[in-house]
Amino acid sequence: MTEIGAFFAMGGYAGFVWSAYGIAAAVLGGLSVYSWRRYRDSIVTVERLQQDLGRRR
Amino acid sequence: MINWLANPARFMRLSAKAVPWCSWTAVLVLAVGLFWSLMVAPPDYQQGDTVRIMYVHVPAAWMALSVYLFVAVASAVALVWRHPLAEVAARAAAPIGAAFTFVCLATGSLWGRPMWGTWWVWDARLTSVLILFFLYLGYIALANAFDDPSRGGRAAAVLALVGVVNLPIIKFSVDWWNTLHQPASVMRIGGPRIDISMLAPLLIMALGFTLLFAVLLMVRMRTALNERRAMALRLNAGAIPAPRPGREPVVSANTVVP
Repeated sequence: MTEIGAFFAMGGYAGFVWSAYGIAAAVLGGLSVYSWRRYRDSIVTVERLQQDLGRRR
Repeated sequence: MINWLANPARFMRLSAKAVPWCSWTAVLVLAVGLFWSLMVAPPDYQQGDTVRIMYVHVPAAWMALSVYLFVAVASAVALVWRHPLAEVAARAAAPIGAAFTFVCLATGSLWGRPMWGTWWVWDARLTSVLILFFLYLGYIALANAFDDPSRGGRAAAVLALVGVVNLPIIKFSVDWWNTLHQPASVMRIGGPRIDISMLAPLLIMALGFTLLFAVLLMVRMRTALNERRAMALRLNAGAIPAPRPGREPVVSANTVVP
């Protein structure tokens, strides 16, 4: 077996090891992306409201 | 110290600088930690390569407990001193803690199947961590259950404080009851009982998770303060006094919404 093949095989436990890292990456990465998107949206909303306010004055 | 940090405007200023720094440090530390965990650290002489699950599972478990403690302390501060940022912090932290708890449970299950021969067992350690997960979900549900957010915040804070009793149960469950789960091997009296070649990547991953928590906490708190400010702007939009040239509208993040 090649070296890279052995790395991905994880001594025969590939399914368990890679699933564990995959779930962790999906959950924590997903929460990060969701939190960041909502943060960007909140900034856009505040800026838009402030512009509206400026125009009304 | 608490009064100094109690100012949302000061928090917004400081966190604006801290978020990019902490983000890049977190990415760097996690990259080093993953490389070390998957490539450098040796396979265990009994468990083979499944021991690599430990580098995600154990730091996630530490975060599950410490984030809960953070939520509980912030809830206590919010209840007792009405600290304007404490409730924002507790609400922002709870979903992060729930995510870490879920990762801990899922990776533990994936480790238990090859090593214990079962995905799940209803023993003290596993059950008490599952209860921790439900406490997080209960906190999140309760905090958002009321039309009046401050009522939801108070009810959720009480739940968070009652749930603290679960933390020592989780920590000492492996000593008090018979369990498949191994006892503490890092945070124990007499020092860690784990080889440095495995302890080093474990601690690096734990540092990476802690930095990730700090980034997500600040980003989510900033989001909450922005959303609160947007609400104040909407409500005040109809009642703005006559314009004074050169002046910004005096609406800050901590404006009290009637």
